[in-house]
Amino acid sequence: MADWDLLVRQARSAGLLARIRHVLARQQLTAAIPFAARWHFDAADTLATKQQLAVRWEVEKIRAALNGLTLPLILLKGSAYVMADLPAAAGRLFNDIDILVPREQLGPVEAALMLAGWHPAPLSDYDRRYYRRWMHEIPPLQHVMRASVIDVHHAILPDTARYHPDSATLRSRAVAVANMPGVQVLATEDRILHSATHVFHDGELPHGLRDLTDLDLLLRDAAATPDFWPRLTTRARELQLGRSLFYALRYLRYFLDTPVPDSALAALGSEAPNRFTLALMDGIFTRVLAPDHASCADAFTPAARLAAFVRAHWLRMPVHLLIPHLFHKAFISPWQRNAKPA
Amino acid sequence: MKLLQLSPSSLRQQLAGSGMWLRTGPFSLRVRSRLPTVAEGLTQLYGQFEVRNSHEAFADFHVELNASSRLRRWLRPQVSFSFDGAQPFKPLPMDQAYPMLEWGLNWCVSMHAHHYLIIHAAVVEKQGLAAILPAPPGSGKSTLTAGLVLSGWRLLSDELTLIDRRTGLLHALPRPVSLKNQSIDVIREFSPEAFINRVSHDTAKGSVAHMRPPRDSVLRQHEPARPGWVIFPKWEAGADTRLTPRSRAETFMFLAQNAFNYSHLGADGFRVGTTLIDHAHCYDFRYSALREAVAAFDRLAERGAA
Repeated sequence: MADWDLLVRQARSAGLLARIRHVLARQQLTAAIPFAARWHFDAADTLATKQQLAVRWEVEKIRAALNGLTLPLILLKGSAYVMADLPAAAGRLFNDIDILVPREQLGPVEAALMLAGWHPAPLSDYDRRYYRRWMHEIPPLQHVMRASVIDVHHAILPDTARYHPDSATLRSRAVAVANMPGVQVLATEDRILHSATHVFHDGELPHGLRDLTDLDLLLRDAAATPDFWPRLTTRARELQLGRSLFYALRYLRYFLDTPVPDSALAALGSEAPNRFTLALMDGIFTRVLAPDHASCADAFTPAARLAAFVRAHWLRMPVHLLIPHLFHKAFISPWQRNAKPA
Repeated sequence: MKLLQLSPSSLRQQLAGSGMWLRTGPFSLRVRSRLPTVAEGLTQLYGQFEVRNSHEAFADFHVELNASSRLRRWLRPQVSFSFDGAQPFKPLPMDQAYPMLEWGLNWCVSMHAHHYLIIHAAVVEKQGLAAILPAPPGSGKSTLTAGLVLSGWRLLSDELTLIDRRTGLLHALPRPVSLKNQSIDVIREFSPEAFINRVSHDTAKGSVAHMRPPRDSVLRQHEPARPGWVIFPKWEAGADTRLTPRSRAETFMFLAQNAFNYSHLGADGFRVGTTLIDHAHCYDFRYSALREAVAAFDRLAERGAA
């Protein structure tokens, strides 16, 4: 029972209770969950089911809001998995809905969403400027009545980042969602590469393990198609995302035993970091991708989290922007937050 | 083993060490705390509950109450509640440590136990039928609940109505009854046998204390009850005791709005809620004298049993 006690706690902190229930159900092992622990999985599943219903509803509303614009609604991440009925939707919990639109359409899209009730959450002037000038998304929009949050992206990495995957080719290869005219999701390889990029470029990883399990489910599903792995690695290099994919595959093997063929890792050989960097990254990612729970932490976990945070910023911005940004966040933002408006 | 069979020193030792395992209704807890007020509150109020060594068993909720930081301990000591390492609330003044444990446990249940439809209401039972008492704060719900359970009604809960989604039955969580402000004195006067713990002053809800649940309610905590009535109590100075029927549809809407997880359950929330309303008589209830109110409830129970 001590094992189940720990599993429920770690799974809850990683947001994976409902997903584990799905995995067990697929293997016909639900009966193996001890009675005392079972309700935790069932209750999480109730919540995940409700959230997916809500996502379908919100997507329909977003589509209606953007109806007048001549652009497809491209869904990213969780909402894409749900709408495309992918195995990665199983037991997935949600924070927001991510969509991708052409940069030149940001203005009309934002205006249309605002008319439909989604408004920007209050932000400091600095944060607002920062989003508009440097980020690959506009500030999150929240619905005034239903509180649903949309992240509108025009690219999958910030403008300032080291790598620049071409958004136009991502959009041009997007595929239609069955029975939802006007709604698209990224092509199989692009979807996987975006998910990998998200994990290995984001500084704070509250859902690190959940995102890895997304990738695991996406890969297991896609690997059934012939020639999938060579297409994936080729596409990764085209989009300058080979390094992210290399890390993703490495830590998927480590955490989830994902069946990644050696040939795929070999094909990314030139993208791999040197041995010293790799040892350092192993030290960082084997810690920060584990559930954020006391039982998964060791003496180096806080340092690893800090390192992941710094690394992500390092990849997202050149030094001449990073230093003033961190200075502002460390010394000016806290002061502004405390200052009460008159 | 019952908590009252633990020696005070081994209780303190467990709480300060690996934690004390405690069963409350359908939920098991592991509580850790080095605070003497928490040990005292548990000793005074949870004596009849089952405890175990925390190494032995699965626990639904792992909670901890401790001083929020070493530095603050000297200046203005504060207590923080943590749920398996996460802190869902801001720290409170140290004097509120015990009520914070109770509030934190309510939060644990209402945020996670979606295998129930959970309504913010008290539940008491007599002769197999339960009365659900939903009401906004200040309506005298807790006072009435305390009065009823001190007069032979069984306590299921003073805050959380747990409706089993499969059976529609109400499950008991007979933790201590929270009393606020004047109702502390009202209950002391109503029954000198009632045990009420030390009062915490200046909380967000005013002065707060907790009443020990009746022994019989704790011993029968695994016995569910059938819903019989939904009654909206309202204390009004000088009012006559009066029970008036109320619309089922309105009552259902109120319950849905005052449920913690109605919207999480989707269509099933509607099914469970309407099934309950179909089987219950709905009333508004005005009272000023607690003894008269209890007598009116007793008459209702006799009619229900007949």
